[in-house]
Amino acid sequence: MDDKLVIAGKELRSRLFLGTGKYRNYDEMRAAFEASGAEVITVALRRLDLSDPSKKTLLDEIDWSRYTILPNTAGCRTADEAVRTAHLARAMGLSNWVKLEVIPDDKYLLPDPVGTLEAAKRLVDEGFVVLPYINDDPVLAKRLEEAGCATVMPLASPIGSGQGMVNFEQIKIIIEQARVPVVVDAGIGAPSDAALAMELGASACLINTAVAQAKNPALMAEAMKLGIEAGRKAFLAGRIPKKPYASASSPLEGVVR
Amino acid sequence: MERWVRMAVQITLNGRTEAVEDGTTVLRLLESKGINPARVAVELNRRILRREEYDDTPLSPGDALEVVTFVGGG
Repeated sequence: MDDKLVIAGKELRSRLFLGTGKYRNYDEMRAAFEASGAEVITVALRRLDLSDPSKKTLLDEIDWSRYTILPNTAGCRTADEAVRTAHLARAMGLSNWVKLEVIPDDKYLLPDPVGTLEAAKRLVDEGFVVLPYINDDPVLAKRLEEAGCATVMPLASPIGSGQGMVNFEQIKIIIEQARVPVVVDAGIGAPSDAALAMELGASACLINTAVAQAKNPALMAEAMKLGIEAGRKAFLAGRIPKKPYASASSPLEGVVR
Repeated sequence: MERWVRMAVQITLNGRTEAVEDGTTVLRLLESKGINPARVAVELNRRILRREEYDDTPLSPGDALEVVTFVGGG
């Protein structure tokens, strides 16, 4: 089945994007990546730790040439901060993609729609491939698409919360109206959540905490891979509708009474 | 024979004050700290430097340098 996902001209076979945060150690991270089949991984950009500047960095620990690196602007509270971080990330020389996050609040880590739209316009203008992280707002999703974003990335539930798809009706609307891939990002807790996202027609899922903090990250990464594949096939297969009444599966005539 | 001594000047590096020799290049500073230039991006006074510029860019008093890298994140 040739069902490739294309983002900014890049063909991807895997619809599982993985974050690199919160792993207990690099061995668990590498094992999870291997099991997942993921081709897109997110990274954050931070000041180098000057207390030990020759220490190995993330890029020394993973074979980054195997992946499409998606730097995020996590930690940025305003459009200006996000634009500055995106430029620094691009200057690392590995990617002009950016997962745009403009998040002013620490408790729920919900994205600021106004700052996100402003930063997205600036970054698209400056040649970035922009993947904006948003709440489940269909109108905002359309505005970002019109602004030239390569995807939209609505959250399932708050980052790291593992609550799964709490607002799938809004996500259904986003998917129905989108002309760019929709990546469900944040809050996925189990493969069933990811499968549901894919059954609704999402193009991919971005998962971090659910894998990194699972008791067995590599096994959970494999489970997520399978859940996403199952959900995608179910979407393409065309499910039956839900009905309020029964509809017998066996013939009604010829019963021996 | 006279020996010229370079002045130590104060710059800010990743938000902390640091003393460097006046005129030290960005590359020399990175090397002196064991930082691999290929693993970082550098911003000097809010302008991002290209890697080719590290060797040609001397530091002056009051300069603000940010040296960043990729870390794990979601």
